Amino acid sequence: MLKRTLYSLAIVALIAGCSSGTKLNETPVTDRSGTAGGQQGASTVAPVTIDPTAGTAQGPVGVERIVYFDYDSYTVKPEFQSLIDGHARFLKANPQRRISIEGHTDERGGREYNLALGQKRSEAVRRALTLLGVNDNQIEAVSFGKEKPAVTGSGEEVWAQNRRAEIRYTR
Amino acid sequence: MIPALAQFRVEVSGVGLTQLPIALVPFKGQESSPQKISDIVQADLERSGQFRGVDASGQALDEASRPDLSLWRQRTADSLVAGSVTRLADGRFDVRFRLWDVVKGQDLGGQSYTVPQGDLRLASHRIADYVYEKLTGEKGIFSTRIAYVTKGGSRYSLWVADADGENAQAALASPEPIISPCWSSNGQQLAYVSFESRKPVVYVHNVATGQRRLLANFKGSNSAPAWAPDGNSLAVTLSRDGGSQLFSIPASGGEPRRLTQSSSIDTEPVYSADGSTIYFVSDRGGAPQIYKMSAGGGSPTRVTFSGTYNISPSVSGDGRWLAYISRVGGAFKLHVMELATGNVSAITDTSADESPSFAPNSKLIVYATQLQGREALMTTTLDGKIKARLAGQAGDIREPDWGPFQKQ
Repeated sequence: MLKRTLYSLAIVALIAGCSSGTKLNETPVTDRSGTAGGQQGASTVAPVTIDPTAGTAQGPVGVERIVYFDYDSYTVKPEFQSLIDGHARFLKANPQRRISIEGHTDERGGREYNLALGQKRSEAVRRALTLLGVNDNQIEAVSFGKEKPAVTGSGEEVWAQNRRAEIRYTR
Repeated sequence: MIPALAQFRVEVSGVGLTQLPIALVPFKGQESSPQKISDIVQADLERSGQFRGVDASGQALDEASRPDLSLWRQRTADSLVAGSVTRLADGRFDVRFRLWDVVKGQDLGGQSYTVPQGDLRLASHRIADYVYEKLTGEKGIFSTRIAYVTKGGSRYSLWVADADGENAQAALASPEPIISPCWSSNGQQLAYVSFESRKPVVYVHNVATGQRRLLANFKGSNSAPAWAPDGNSLAVTLSRDGGSQLFSIPASGGEPRRLTQSSSIDTEPVYSADGSTIYFVSDRGGAPQIYKMSAGGGSPTRVTFSGTYNISPSVSGDGRWLAYISRVGGAFKLHVMELATGNVSAITDTSADESPSFAPNSKLIVYATQLQGREALMTTTLDGKIKARLAGQAGDIREPDWGPFQKQ
């Protein structure tokens, strides 16, 4: 669903003649039009706009879908085992259904490194599900790193709510 | 503190040891031009930290004048720039200038450009490049471009701006995050990570035409694109085999080739300018550190040794310097390592530095940080002595990448 607004750029090769009536002393002023955007709009950028993508499918009713992690931890805590069990049962009973597991981190540190850390969280949840017999084809583990905090702000209370993996039914 | 030029929001701080005094006479005709050429040139030169503007008021000169250089010696200028801007019948502008060495009494030549209105700033930056190169012997970077990302509300935008942060034009607007823009070495394409399909996917995007194509959309996360200097391939981080590992993908698309084989995180690849080496971040030693390996893969050697969190490497075009972010206490600070000696300096006073990127002449670094609780893009000299805040969008601004020299 990509709407492209393409401003057509008439690339006119402009003959960049110095219509020079100006008397220049000593060294002549060098005509560099060809390099400094003698073409129409050398510095012009064509904007592209992306529309929002489609929504989310319904998962098992009454089963939570967010797993929280401790600081610097990438293992699923025992208290989330019943959540994992609930999704595993549903996915095994409905082999046509698909999930995306979206890993997230708190705001501290670099964007790309946090993306890799969030990936460790989503893959931990994926492993917990496949251990229970869910087909790996039904699961995609991805990461948003620190880009999509559940709660904005700083401090341990906020960070704890952002260190998470969300299970989203895509079909 | 060097006085700021309010009209361009250039805020330069720091102590320059030697700053060349230069007089920029307002260009003849610029009062009726959409861009004040001499002001742009002066702001560029001052941002480099190597120049200081000298009062040029009350003088009417252009590139055809024979200026009385003794007058400029009295005003303590070492060099002088004068020129003109003229609107042509077809709507384009003719911009001309000349540079004089006031001390030696020499004409250092000049140039002319015929440009559409939208390229008047580009022509001004070209003038600054000419002056900079003539007077310092180093190539100027004022006519290069910087890409960066802003977040406003729930809207993410990828911008392409002049190297001074002005003239920002949106290349992409999306309801989902955009990170890690990376210029191709010809300055025409940006690779970046877009979350528009609710997962990280790598696109390659021609900024002049708006044409974009998927480069990496494999199962799992696709991120951290880095162009090889020859433009034929990119290094990326993929999780398709589990974990985050480095791969090389042809720029035309196609099957990725795995470069690292570890059970750790390997990410943030960057090529050395000669294309022989990839620097990257790995936590194979237990904490994120910067490593290097042959660009074709192979066994890595560790590059950073102090601290327990070193990320986001950027290598200078001359191959002498590595910039990266190191966590010190709870702060994230820009560091520069001289690769030959391993000597490291922290060069900022801020505590939330991100995403360093070298200017193509290896003399400046652009990075994202927070100043008084607000996001900002800054440039700094490698010794940290001269810093300038880039003009830019209001709101959350991040992920700068400094583009290459424009084609000559």
